[in-house]
Amino acid sequence: MLRDITIGQYYPTGSVIHKLDPRVKLAGTFLFIISIFTFKNYPGYIVSLIYLGMVIFISKVPLKHILKGIKPIIFLMVFTAVIHLFFTSGDDILFEFYAVKITYAGLKKAVFIIVRLLFLITGSAIMTYTTTPNQLTEGIEKAFGPLNKAHIPVHEFALMMSIALRFIPILMEEADKIIKAQSSRGADFEEGNIIKRISGIVSILIPLLVSAMERAKDLALAMDARCYHGGEGRTKMKPLRYTAKDYISYGIILVYMVTSVAAGRFI
Amino acid sequence: MAIVIKDLNYIYGAGTVFEKQGLKDINLTIEDGEFIGIIGRTGSGKSTLIQHLNGLNVPASGTILYNGEDIYKKGYSKKKLRSKVGLVFQYPEYQLFETTVLSDVRFGPKNIGMSAEEADRSAKEALSMVGIHEDMYNASPFELSGGEKRRAAIAGVLAMKPEVLVLDEPTAGLDPKGKNEILELIDKLHKNDGVTIVLVSHSMEDVAKYAERIAVINDGEIFACGTPREIFSRYKELEKIGLSAPQTVYLLNELKSIGYDVDTGIITPDEAVKEILMHTAQTAYTEGI
Ligand SMILES: Nc1ncnc2c1ncn2[C@@H]1O[C@H](COP(=O)(O)OP(=O)(O)O)[C@@H](O)[C@H]1O
Ligand SMILES: [Mg+2]
Repeated sequence: MLRDITIGQYYPTGSVIHKLDPRVKLAGTFLFIISIFTFKNYPGYIVSLIYLGMVIFISKVPLKHILKGIKPIIFLMVFTAVIHLFFTSGDDILFEFYAVKITYAGLKKAVFIIVRLLFLITGSAIMTYTTTPNQLTEGIEKAFGPLNKAHIPVHEFALMMSIALRFIPILMEEADKIIKAQSSRGADFEEGNIIKRISGIVSILIPLLVSAMERAKDLALAMDARCYHGGEGRTKMKPLRYTAKDYISYGIILVYMVTSVAAGRFI
Repeated sequence: MAIVIKDLNYIYGAGTVFEKQGLKDINLTIEDGEFIGIIGRTGSGKSTLIQHLNGLNVPASGTILYNGEDIYKKGYSKKKLRSKVGLVFQYPEYQLFETTVLSDVRFGPKNIGMSAEEADRSAKEALSMVGIHEDMYNASPFELSGGEKRRAAIAGVLAMKPEVLVLDEPTAGLDPKGKNEILELIDKLHKNDGVTIVLVSHSMEDVAKYAERIAVINDGEIFACGTPREIFSRYKELEKIGLSAPQTVYLLNELKSIGYDVDTGIITPDEAVKEILMHTAQTAYTEGI
């Protein structure tokens, strides 16, 4: 059921990529996504594919697992591609049947869209597969730390994010349990008429909402009881520090940016 | 022959790094009208097992027959199964959602196709059975006390009039009074209405008192199955897998070890008292005191 949505869930393998500083992975993912949008032609994607393949290989996350994670979004990708395929105008017509016209430009665009979305999703998924939500927020907090000077509450935002991320699996588990409990009472989510289906969904949402509120209240109390007072003057037990492998990775990212953008724009 | 569990295997997170064998080669038959207790330490797989009984979990291999029919067969109506095999989850109070207690209890009966009046009647019957007073029918379920919520949630399953009632630790977290009330209710359903009961519990005293048969689960496997007497006579083995026997078993064994010839197979306090009194009386008689 809900547990089958594996995209974005940490997948521990203990690889080098898992051990990298989260800031490196954030920067890498960010730059990777930007690079994809600069390409005008195929060679750029080929360079991207090679790098992506290498990262996946080094991360030791099985390809099967990654593909399974992509499955739920295939529909979205195909849908977007089809729209581009049929509604792109151009002179180079490949196929025409009454009002349906497929142009070379449309085909190219459709393929690009699929590849782009695929790379985008896989690229960011690799980051979440190899970085725990806590590391991720720590990385973000540190990377955006300088904004504190501009009176932007970076710590609070990071905390909010880490709490939200922490709650996702808890709520999924809870939802799973509630779905099962209501199914035992004959609740309908797939079959039956619309009214029954809606009442089935309500029977899940309300208990879920109630329990989320309860948890939030408990958490707030627990934080208060331990005198939490925000980020000011707070120190870390294990502050983030770059090591050699992080600098090497930055180097690789730089090389990737130069080669891929050059290949994508100028070949 | 109500429920036959055959070579059941269940795997959590199949095909991922989180893969974990939840159940291993489970074979168990739950007879019509019996009261079976399922015990095992936390994480042994009790909940996982009973969530198969109404088809919520789908096994990796093996199957379950309900009245001779394979419940995982294509076309077998899960909905009908769920109206026959009622499952009360652990902490069922978290499933309450309606605006009033009565309408929440009516949810199940209505889902399985009872008419409005029928559902109403059934819901009221169930509520009175669990001891929720009419005054509370129109209260919000969220206003009830913890124990009342629990009972309302149990009523939500009872109102579906199941033939088999499966309860996952229904007394967890209740005070002794609330606990006894629920156990007595379950016992009454079994004795008066002939409902088959599957009670998951980690209170040895409770299963000893009510169950006719006990299945012990350890690490996803059936460790032992038999009458309470048989099971608790193996209390040394139970201790090894994180369980124990009722206090009476320890008491009688202790008495035996210091030379009193008492029946160590006795498991309930009432019987133990009788046995000890009788033994004292006998001793007094033979020794002429
Ligand atoms: N959704 C799940 N995903 C993975 N493992 C689970 C899940 N639910 C339970 N488990 C594991 O399966 C084992 C049995 O759990 P459960 O049936 O809930 O035990 P019990 O009810 O006997 O306490 C436990 O080790 C638990 O950690
Ligand atoms: Mg359990």
